Amino acid sequence: MTEFLQHILNAIVLGGTYALLGIGLTLIFGIMKVVNFTHGELYSFGAYMVFMFSAMLGLNFFLAILVAMVLGVVLGAVIEFVLLRPLRGANIDTTMLVMIGAWIAMQNLEQFSWGGVAKSISHPFPSDPLVIGDVSVSWIRVFVFCFAILLIAGSYFLINRTKLGKSMRATFQDRDTAALMGVNINAVYTATFALGSGLAASAGALLGPVFVVTPTMGDLAALKAFAIVILGGLGSIVGATIGGFILALAEELGAGYISSGYRDAMGFALIILVLIYRPTGLFALKERYG
Amino acid sequence: MKRGIIILWLVFLFSIPLWINDLYFLHILINTGIFVIAAMSLNLLLGYTGQLSLGHVAFFGIGAYVSALLSVGFDLELTDTYTFVFDPIPVWVAFLCGIIVASLFGWFIGKVAFKVRGAYFVIVTISFAEVVRLVSLNWVDLTEGPMAINNIPPFTLGIPSVWEMTFYQKEPNYYLILIIAIICYVLIRRIVQSRIGRAMISLRENEPLAASVGVDVTHYLVIATVIAAAMAGAAGGLYTHYVRIVDPDIFLFIYTVTMVIMVVCGGKGTLAGPVVGGIIFGVLPEILREFAAPEIQWIIYGIAMIVIVFFLPDGIVPALTNWWNDRRKGVLSSGLVADSDPAIRDKK
Repeated sequence: MTEFLQHILNAIVLGGTYALLGIGLTLIFGIMKVVNFTHGELYSFGAYMVFMFSAMLGLNFFLAILVAMVLGVVLGAVIEFVLLRPLRGANIDTTMLVMIGAWIAMQNLEQFSWGGVAKSISHPFPSDPLVIGDVSVSWIRVFVFCFAILLIAGSYFLINRTKLGKSMRATFQDRDTAALMGVNINAVYTATFALGSGLAASAGALLGPVFVVTPTMGDLAALKAFAIVILGGLGSIVGATIGGFILALAEELGAGYISSGYRDAMGFALIILVLIYRPTGLFALKERYG
Repeated sequence: MKRGIIILWLVFLFSIPLWINDLYFLHILINTGIFVIAAMSLNLLLGYTGQLSLGHVAFFGIGAYVSALLSVGFDLELTDTYTFVFDPIPVWVAFLCGIIVASLFGWFIGKVAFKVRGAYFVIVTISFAEVVRLVSLNWVDLTEGPMAINNIPPFTLGIPSVWEMTFYQKEPNYYLILIIAIICYVLIRRIVQSRIGRAMISLRENEPLAASVGVDVTHYLVIATVIAAAMAGAAGGLYTHYVRIVDPDIFLFIYTVTMVIMVVCGGKGTLAGPVVGGIIFGVLPEILREFAAPEIQWIIYGIAMIVIVFFLPDGIVPALTNWWNDRRKGVLSSGLVADSDPAIRDKK
């Protein structure tokens, strides 16, 4: 029972960052109809920026995370402006190919500039874990979880309560009508991509100090984000949030009770199950076709 | 005249080992040939049915693993007391089994994945490849995991104990791969020009319309996947018996990306596209190797993909064909006919 509770706790803590990844991807996916293959690279970009500012340049740890987030937003805006804006209205497969090209280039640029050796980021939290009854969790993970929840709440606020969020929701529902109502579609797209990228970079910035930073860390992150989006359903932010926690739970329980080697396979097994039994996703808003 | 060009090409390809003594170059050509076969099979899905399948490396790897395991033999501890022992079988039989198992997986994944389209289909196919990779990495009892399967026997030719030739050298492997590549090319050509091929192309052009006139969508998509998977499995089998070692890295996503780059750059939906793209991206790394680190090469690949999609969205082969046709038309009637030609007008 203690073991089970420990797994549940780990899953909740990990689920926060997974949800961040998923929300970022589902926003871009839902509003722009772009499968963002660079999502994982934004994730590792965030982690490398924390490494650079905190470990190499000696900036304050918390400040480094904030800087990494901001840089993630900026990089996202740049990618959208340079690669996606000229392809507006292009076939979804075309944008996918461009994003795959960008992903390959970015990942190898990272490998070229930082080397293939895994980097670790030291953090200012005590190494003694926080003990609650029989279960324990390290302080850095508590911090990561709280920060992730804060960011998720911030995204909900942005989307549901601000003018920009209203434009984004309108664009999601019907792009052409939104444009007729005076919504600046290009600005909404850039903002969406920048926001999604920023969320991915913050997930990387938060998890970088927990794990180690490697150039290929983004690959699995991107695939997990895809799994979360499939679980939650197209463009559903609530679905992505819950999907993140479900994936974390499946991984923790799978690693604990089946085999730790198959930990990363859980997400893919979930995708296949969802597609067989509920092809519209758990919280789908739209028919899933094309 | 067309027949003459084909014969010239064949003579050229078959004579390469006679006048090239550089074994390393021959090795590059063999690898290129294997990737050309894989790219041709991917083109069937990507180019003709229009489905961006990003799990293609799974079929390649399954073909490689099955062929390797059956020709080396394996034992599997099913229960504590019972161990299933599989004795090695001849390489050719193992190779065929590899193709069959790969096509069975193609059938299964076709049935599951074609419930969805577009982005979802892409993600399902990626997930499939990743699951297969993780299984090959973790099922150490069967696949040896990261320790890899070693000492895989090469292909042989002849009758055992009478006269037998084992393909240790590069030359016989080159001929074998060339012949299988030609078979695959001819097969794809025949499929594409048949009723099945027309059904596939109609799905690519307009799926709801094709369905409304009675094309059984899933049926043809599954057929395309099975054929593509079988060919990719054959490429995997050729690879494994040539390199003679196979490890889970064979399932890396980067190989799928390589195949996709080959098809897209060469020209998807054309017969020659994957061949041209395969040769360019098979030989390019060797030219770049002199003055660029592997990371830089991959950066160049990524940028090349973006540039091609932006400026040559149909790929190299259609661009060259159009240029050639325009030129000929231009010479004939100084450009006046070009605009009234329906094929060219439709392109515009």
